Amino acid sequence: MNTNSQEILLEMRDLQIEGFSDEQWHQIVKGVDVTLHKGEVLGLIGESGAGKSTIGIAAMGYAKPGCRINGGSIKFDGIELTTAPEEQKRKLRGSRIAYVAQSAAASFNPAHKLIDQFAETVLEHGVGSREQAYKDAKELYEKIRMPDPDQIGFRYPHQVSGGQLQRAMTAMALACRPDLIIFDEPTTALDVTTQIEVLVTIRDIVDQFNTAAIYITHDLAVVAQMADRIKVLRYGETVEDADTRTMLADPKEEYTKSLWAVRSFRKEEIPPPPEPTPLIRVENVTATYAKGLVPVLYNVDFEVHRGHTVAVVGESGSGKSTTARVITGLLPPQEGKVHFDGQELPKDYHKRSKDQLRQVQMIYQMADTAVNPRHKIRDIIGRPLSFYLNMEGDAKERRLRELMEMIEMDPDQFLDRLPSELSGGQKQRICIARALAAEPSFIICDEVTSALDQLVAEGILRLLDHLQQDLNLAYMFITHDLATVRAIADEVIVMLQGRIVEQGPKDDIFTPPQHEYTELLLSSVPEMDPDWMDRVLEERKRRGGMSAAGN
Amino acid sequence: MTDPKTNIESADAMPPPPRRTESRVTAAMRELRKAPLSAKIGLLIIVTYILVAIFAPAIAPYGESEIVGPQFDLWSDAHLLGTDHLGRDMLTRLIYGARNTVGIALITTLLAFFVGGTCGIFAAVFGGWIDQGLSRLVDVLMAIPALIFAMLLLTIFGTSIVNLVLIIGVLDSTRVFRIARAVSLNVVVMDFIESARLRGEGFGWITLHEVLPNIMPPLVAEFGLRFCFVFLTISALSFLGLGIQPPTADWGSMVRDTSTLITYGDITPLLPAAAIAILTIGVNFVVDWFLHKTSGLKDEH
Repeated sequence: MNTNSQEILLEMRDLQIEGFSDEQWHQIVKGVDVTLHKGEVLGLIGESGAGKSTIGIAAMGYAKPGCRINGGSIKFDGIELTTAPEEQKRKLRGSRIAYVAQSAAASFNPAHKLIDQFAETVLEHGVGSREQAYKDAKELYEKIRMPDPDQIGFRYPHQVSGGQLQRAMTAMALACRPDLIIFDEPTTALDVTTQIEVLVTIRDIVDQFNTAAIYITHDLAVVAQMADRIKVLRYGETVEDADTRTMLADPKEEYTKSLWAVRSFRKEEIPPPPEPTPLIRVENVTATYAKGLVPVLYNVDFEVHRGHTVAVVGESGSGKSTTARVITGLLPPQEGKVHFDGQELPKDYHKRSKDQLRQVQMIYQMADTAVNPRHKIRDIIGRPLSFYLNMEGDAKERRLRELMEMIEMDPDQFLDRLPSELSGGQKQRICIARALAAEPSFIICDEVTSALDQLVAEGILRLLDHLQQDLNLAYMFITHDLATVRAIADEVIVMLQGRIVEQGPKDDIFTPPQHEYTELLLSSVPEMDPDWMDRVLEERKRRGGMSAAGN
Repeated sequence: MTDPKTNIESADAMPPPPRRTESRVTAAMRELRKAPLSAKIGLLIIVTYILVAIFAPAIAPYGESEIVGPQFDLWSDAHLLGTDHLGRDMLTRLIYGARNTVGIALITTLLAFFVGGTCGIFAAVFGGWIDQGLSRLVDVLMAIPALIFAMLLLTIFGTSIVNLVLIIGVLDSTRVFRIARAVSLNVVVMDFIESARLRGEGFGWITLHEVLPNIMPPLVAEFGLRFCFVFLTISALSFLGLGIQPPTADWGSMVRDTSTLITYGDITPLLPAAAIAILTIGVNFVVDWFLHKTSGLKDEH
């Protein structure tokens, strides 16, 4: 983190960008100023729709299709990008300004080897020969601690892991030693344990090459590690702009303060004492996706009690969602049983009675795909009412309105809308209402907040907590976000490669001594402290064994 | 943070869209006014054909198979477009032809969509061996050239309108099956289908309420195209003598019956051909517009 030069690299003045939708132009960015010095890292944060990515891309003098820059100036190292000819801008891009996208998997060409895609930029800009590019790539791969740096470049994108791919993309951005790199949510799609590796890589790179960077994210804890200065955006306008430590210690604006406070939500109530019969009992479940394949779950065994929240945490591929599929009966297990309130549930959901199906409801991660886009809200929530409870006419209408009140949405305004007319958080509330309409006693929440902005996500968590108090519901909360676990869980189950590595009350899991993996997981969750990453790295180095880039 | 709840609500709020107070009719009219010229022309053509087909007995100057003059009479005041090889009025035959050809094509297409669409969604929803069985059966049917297969079957079962509708309907349903299955496959992987299954919904509900509304745009577009193909197939079969049988007026057989006139430089045989061509173009204009509209909607999300 060094701002050793005061020379201005990028200067945007009164930037205005508009986008075309619904047959008219809308202002997306309304006069934002950005100043970036050489070697400085600027963090852009804000909710979705705040215009962060649009501003980031505009730093290259580019606007996405359907958008246009309609005012202000963008000066990069003395070149005015708003008026520069396309030819000149194309020369800058890739060589002096590079871009790292959120999804490396979608940004690499699957048909070419990593190192050839690296070399392409170099050759295109005439910086060097193919041999030089190969040599440079291998050196960079080593610098970012990729395993087997001499050979890994000759793999295809699908042959390396998500975290490695994201790091390879960072290396690719460096190919021509640019002066500025734009990172657009580079770690959002990654697990926490992988995220920290990528963050370390990015920071090392920025330090070693004295590259300036714009780091776009909605995760405050991440931006606290990466940026020298933070700019908070909302509705295309600057809310606040200050250096990282000042901003974290002493936010000035109401909105910034509310962003900072989001992670403070904690479930306060102590859960009721467990009843003798658990509501859900998963007994020694072993499951595979097809006969003869390696099991994806081994001997999974746990209980959920009425009124309790059990959080299941782990990386992608650890078997969290598979456990949910076994409980709902979508994936009949090879061995083991699932009991509901002391009675064994049939393994296959086809064989379960209507009432057994009604008792276990599910809320999904992507509210967009969890509701039928062609059904009105009234029909989405109303279907379980008429299907399970035979409600029709006035009784149904009354219950619909009650449910809408429960999820804090105005029935008159929303009942006759289509899902596409709702925001992400509102759609997730509709999914909650649909689950509640069945009057279940157990709800599986599969990453319900991970697609939402933090403020909205907190609203959903508060709502779920509130409903649990009122209706004595049991939740199984699948998540990879430990902040969510801290906020809402009573008991925690940590999963790794299809096995439960640790389970117990929340406080036990969060206090040492823990299982080695739980500790790695917990220590990888970024905190709102600019020194957090250095501390973690030092700690890990001291213990040896688990290096930050441990693969 | 003063009050957490107001903050959350404001963060989650969307600019309220204008409420729809207008009726469906006004909305449709507004959409129509915005339509490109080609779509308007297409709609005009289709509406004209439908009106002609419905009111054929009122518009046509003579009876459908009434012999009213000499063979191959020239264009005159009594016979605006002349007469055919038996001395029947060409204009009258053209008007009745709209009724027969368009009507039969419509019924056939509907049958093809009912059979193909249902089986396609069925295959997508159930998957596994049901999907395999249906798909391979369709592959076998599609491996045989459609026109030759239709001629073969018509020769075996005899040429009647019912046989014609059934045979072409079933053969064309294979194409509909493929598209319905393909688009349904994209829908059945969505969480809301899983949600409906876990709710315990039956096949009927999932097909009609969950899948069908989401695959309507491609199916409607396909309907327009398929209608044209069916229409052309019937005309082709009629031209070959295996389609709609005389004395029922039909554009395909009218081309064949008057084809000798071409040698004399008379354009009469081209009139039924033109009737076919114009309708095909009209339908395609409308389909294009519809496709454009639905794909435009997709971009917004």
